[in-house]
Amino acid sequence: MRTARVPVPLLLPAGLGLIFLLLPLAGLLARTPWSTLPARLAEPRVVEALRLSLLTSTLATVLCLVLGVPLAWMLARVSFPGRRLVRALITVPLVLPPVVGGIALLLALGRRGLAGQWLDATFGITLPFTTAGVVIAESFVALPFLVIAVEGALRGADSRFEEAAATLGSTRWTTFTHVTLPLVAPGIAAGAVLCWARALGEFGATITFAGNYPGITQTMPLAVYQTMESGDLEGAVVLSLILLVVSVAILAGLRDRWLTAP
Amino acid sequence: MTALLDARLVVRRGTFLLDIELRIAPGETVALLGPNGAGKTTALRALAGLAALDDGHLRLDGRDIRDDPPERRPIGVVFQDYLLFPHLTARDNVAFGPRRQGQDRKQAYGVADRWLDRVGLADHGRRKPRHLSGGQAQRVALARALAVDPTLLLLDEPLAALDARTRLETRGELRRHLSAHPGATLLVTHDPLDALVLADRLVIVEQGRVVQEGDAATITARPRTDYVARLVGLNLYRGHGDGHTVTITDGFALTSTDSVDGDAFVAFPPAAVALHPARPDGSPRNTWPAVLADVQRHGDNLRVRLDGPISVAADITPAAAAHLHLEPGRELWVAVKAAETRAYPGDG
Repeated sequence: MRTARVPVPLLLPAGLGLIFLLLPLAGLLARTPWSTLPARLAEPRVVEALRLSLLTSTLATVLCLVLGVPLAWMLARVSFPGRRLVRALITVPLVLPPVVGGIALLLALGRRGLAGQWLDATFGITLPFTTAGVVIAESFVALPFLVIAVEGALRGADSRFEEAAATLGSTRWTTFTHVTLPLVAPGIAAGAVLCWARALGEFGATITFAGNYPGITQTMPLAVYQTMESGDLEGAVVLSLILLVVSVAILAGLRDRWLTAP
Repeated sequence: MTALLDARLVVRRGTFLLDIELRIAPGETVALLGPNGAGKTTALRALAGLAALDDGHLRLDGRDIRDDPPERRPIGVVFQDYLLFPHLTARDNVAFGPRRQGQDRKQAYGVADRWLDRVGLADHGRRKPRHLSGGQAQRVALARALAVDPTLLLLDEPLAALDARTRLETRGELRRHLSAHPGATLLVTHDPLDALVLADRLVIVEQGRVVQEGDAATITARPRTDYVARLVGLNLYRGHGDGHTVTITDGFALTSTDSVDGDAFVAFPPAAVALHPARPDGSPRNTWPAVLADVQRHGDNLRVRLDGPISVAADITPAAAAHLHLEPGRELWVAVKAAETRAYPGDG
């Protein structure tokens, strides 16, 4: 590779871009109160928010897998009328501001919402401002990531393996569980991690749909926001640091699959 | 003999129409031979249930399976690139079919081990497909297809992915397994050697139609299309027979010791063609002037293509070539003995 004589008009913005990305992280690390860190980490509020975050993002990932993998399979393997439209609709939550997603969820699943009314009347289930609501909000935002990743993996996998399975007497369902899933397992895993990371960082839809109640709906990003608002900068830094560590750990785990340039 | 497979396959693909009839007896191996794009693989996919029939019928062992999905057909398929499941070991690949047929794990592994042993890979069962050589993968694919005890075994270019040497060994082995298979076997190939070695009967398909079928001897002796003639290495012409003379084009006729009247074919091997720098005297009844178009190596000899009233291929020795000063555009005289040509009816 040629490294010498990089033109200045390229080098300068490239360097600035890198600094722009790294400086805030450095700021976070610089302002971390290392001496009081262990004590702050042990604060019940922090532990509670972290527990809730890990729980809800994991549940959201499970929900996304259960709904998203079959959806991705339908998009990749079954040609039905309106498939392109469905694919486009699935990506809407991806580009929609999460706050708008939260409002939309309220209107659909709120106590007086489209489906919420029915859920409430029939099963006595109310989702907004509950931990389940957090899971719903996170899933809504994270599901497109999983569907897109898994659909890509399915399209990349040779569907003739599925034909080979059929000629060996395998039903479509058995083929899905015994051939398709193992073949795209790496893609599903990558999609699930991406989905989990998105759910972990979810803020807008969660606070709109589920509110900000410590121990019930206050996940880490919400706790960061509230701590900051109350003027406790150090507390916010500590919470942020935890999220940063978790994010970097995810990146490290995924680096081979996602970050290696082809 | 009653046919185990009795099918008429009609499949439309845009402007392409496949319409062939196939009958295969128990224990018989039929080769579906044809050029690329002739519809061979489409026919195989239709038999396997991977492509829908637009018309026709499909009976296997007396049962109508036309509308059965692939998983309910008593078939086994060896795909061109084998399609061994990459996440399963060789043993699990072979046991996959028996398991889907409802056998328990132990039974299925028993079947798999027997088949792996039969194809000589008893000690390769734990390997994943990526750790198998091409020839080994081919044998695992065959074992996997046969492990479901198929009434109809389908093979799609089973040797095409192998290098020349492995191909030779595997061809012989495959022949042994195919002749041991009690069901019907259909082999799809564009390689005449595979077809001749492996099959009891050849069905030649061109542009979606059967152009000729029969055993190897009949087809090599009496080709009915240019494609078949080229396959078996013969010069082939169609014309109008009148006794020993077959008129190919206006003013050009070939003489044969065979006698035929009406629509007729004349065929002779390139080795029967002699080339002379000047008009030859003597016995050959068929002589004509021609212009050399092309020379290629052909085994130990040279294959010469000549244009003229008819285009013809001739095989000559390098010594003869040196004597003839072969170069494109050179004018030569072609001679073919009447006794070395075969003439036969074109419509029967």
